[in-house]
Amino acid sequence: MWILLLALVGSEAALAQASSQTLDTVRKRGILNCGVNTGLAGFAAPDARGRWTGIDADFCRAVAAAVFGDGDKVRFVPLNAKERFTALQSGEVDLLSRNTTWTMSRDTSLGLNFAGVLFYDGQAFMVRKSQGLKSVDELAGASICVQTGTTNELNLADYFDTRGLRYKPVVFERLIEVLAAYQSNRCDAFTTDSSQLVAERTRLADPENHEILPDLISKEPLGPLVRQGDAVWSNIARWTLFLLINAEELGITQENAGEMRTSPNPGIRRIFGEGSTFGRALGLRDDWAVSVIKTVGNYGEAFERNLGQGSPLKIERGRNALWTKGGLMYAPPIR
Amino acid sequence: MRSPDLKRWREPATWKEAAYDPGVRAAVFQVLLALAIAFLAYEIVSNTIENLRKQNIASGFGFLSETAGFDISQTPIPYSSKSTYGAAFLVGLANTLIVAFIGIAIATVLGFTIGIARLSPNWLVAKLALSYVELIRNMPLLLQLLVWYVAVLRTLPFPQDALALPGGGFLDVRGLHLPRFSLDSGGGILLAVLALALAGAWWLKRQAGIDREAGQTVPTRAQRVGWGLVIAVPTIAVAIAFAASSVSYPVLGRFNHEGGLSIEPEFLALVIGLSTYTAAFIAEIVRAGLQGVPRGQREAAAALGLSRRQALRLVILPQSLRIIIPPLTNQYLNLTKNSSLAVAIGYPDLVSVFSGTVLNQTGQAVEVILITMAVYLAISLATAAFMNWFNKRTSWAER
Repeated sequence: MWILLLALVGSEAALAQASSQTLDTVRKRGILNCGVNTGLAGFAAPDARGRWTGIDADFCRAVAAAVFGDGDKVRFVPLNAKERFTALQSGEVDLLSRNTTWTMSRDTSLGLNFAGVLFYDGQAFMVRKSQGLKSVDELAGASICVQTGTTNELNLADYFDTRGLRYKPVVFERLIEVLAAYQSNRCDAFTTDSSQLVAERTRLADPENHEILPDLISKEPLGPLVRQGDAVWSNIARWTLFLLINAEELGITQENAGEMRTSPNPGIRRIFGEGSTFGRALGLRDDWAVSVIKTVGNYGEAFERNLGQGSPLKIERGRNALWTKGGLMYAPPIR
Repeated sequence: MRSPDLKRWREPATWKEAAYDPGVRAAVFQVLLALAIAFLAYEIVSNTIENLRKQNIASGFGFLSETAGFDISQTPIPYSSKSTYGAAFLVGLANTLIVAFIGIAIATVLGFTIGIARLSPNWLVAKLALSYVELIRNMPLLLQLLVWYVAVLRTLPFPQDALALPGGGFLDVRGLHLPRFSLDSGGGILLAVLALALAGAWWLKRQAGIDREAGQTVPTRAQRVGWGLVIAVPTIAVAIAFAASSVSYPVLGRFNHEGGLSIEPEFLALVIGLSTYTAAFIAEIVRAGLQGVPRGQREAAAALGLSRRQALRLVILPQSLRIIIPPLTNQYLNLTKNSSLAVAIGYPDLVSVFSGTVLNQTGQAVEVILITMAVYLAISLATAAFMNWFNKRTSWAER
């Protein structure tokens, strides 16, 4: 260990390059490596033709569009909960867009930065209807299936511990194993983020026999991450996300993005690089915003297509509605 | 071996001569290789540290004393979500050791039985043993674990419809639920009496040795007292312990069987899978060992009038052990290392708990992997050391 310490002290401070190493690497490679879930309907899952779909996958495309002007220049890297941070830390992926909860420890000790919140979620429980349960507290003494290495695992322990309730954790590494265990009655309840439960329930053989309890036991703000220490790349991810949300607020859609450049609203014209240098400030082209919106649409469109009424999941906007409509989606202005 | 030419070695006449000296050459290359390895190691370590520092990833082993915050399903040592990551590590380690220990015990018994059965004169028994070996050892272990876990144990009934076992036990999809004997205050008495009995036995054995030296052949006084001790003391001890202990039976609660001793299906699947798989390899080693004993030994045993069974137990098996033990050590090591496949079926072993959950919750990949590697190395070396010692004890004294 002292060798490690000596090396740590002895090595000179070779840091502080202003340019973006990640952006340069991605440009040179010509493709964005984007870490996504191994398969979660609505967030990131390959469809029948093998194309990755979902709101997380769309965010990868949005960033690719911002960088290359082409949303298809993405290589999707499926990662399970255990692999995801190491993959980003080690540079295997440039961006992690994988329903990951923004927590302080993850933001401060992993060498990673969250770009913002793409989806406000909360942890819920799925149980068999035949059990006739009304609330989570009735699960005292139950076996509960949960995915390892998630905030869900920690919240579960906290929740039952503070209420003095006992439970038996049954943990697996992959979500598909958790679901299989729940389905074969290995456990009485399956806990994860509420949106994931909705998605996983559609994969059960008998979805109508299962219900999701109304209680949410935690806040799960899910968002994309990048490596810490590359401010330019961090800005690109963050402002791509803010662009999607602002676009919805301003009424910019996939369809009208092209013509909005000449909108009478100066705020909208600015976003699209008319008389502004926002793109260059990010290290991108001035028309980055047009590419992004033309590729995936605004936040609301991406939501409806992947999670909302246009999808099999039919999740309500709820907390994920714009702040102007009583939700939590609020992006700093682009100006 | 080349006899050392000391004079020449001490004073090489010229540098040129020294350069052609095989001893000098070997030494130079050794030093060069050692330097190259040291440089490589230094590069790897300093590179890793530099990269971690650049990315602001916290390093060091301080995280081990932080609160873990997650629960573990099977905790042979006290643990709760309020315990530390260090405690979680110990739980994972204990679970690995338990599986390895029980797995090795079962695999050894099963492996020896099947290995001996392969050489049975009974055609059916021999062919059954052969089929077992060929079927089990030619299928990937991971697949077998999944078969045991998913195809066998997952199809068991709900707790409400659990299969009742004789003696108050139950078997359901949540595992095996057995009555648990708690020794309470009886445990102390039992331990004390056992310790006393062991000490007595050791003394008696010494006494008997002295008597034998002195030419005693009839049962000695010590032996007679010994029999009394062997039978009477444990009986009394067990009786007292039972009187002072309690039994808790598993009872069906709202969701699960509560109370008693619960053995989780993940553990069952892992132990069954590991021991049946390793047993197939041990069986082959045992067969080879038995066949390696010269035929003359068998004939000599027969000539002495020993039965097949006696010949096997008294003549063949002891001699074959020296052939069996070295490869057997490998199988023990394999079983221990293979137990890390537990992660596939959710048994909380070291890999699953520590280099899985803890790594993920803390992000301390380098430290966690280093510790895990060190632990497996230590377990393997300890097993090998024990088996080498055992091997030395059972091997022939060369004459």
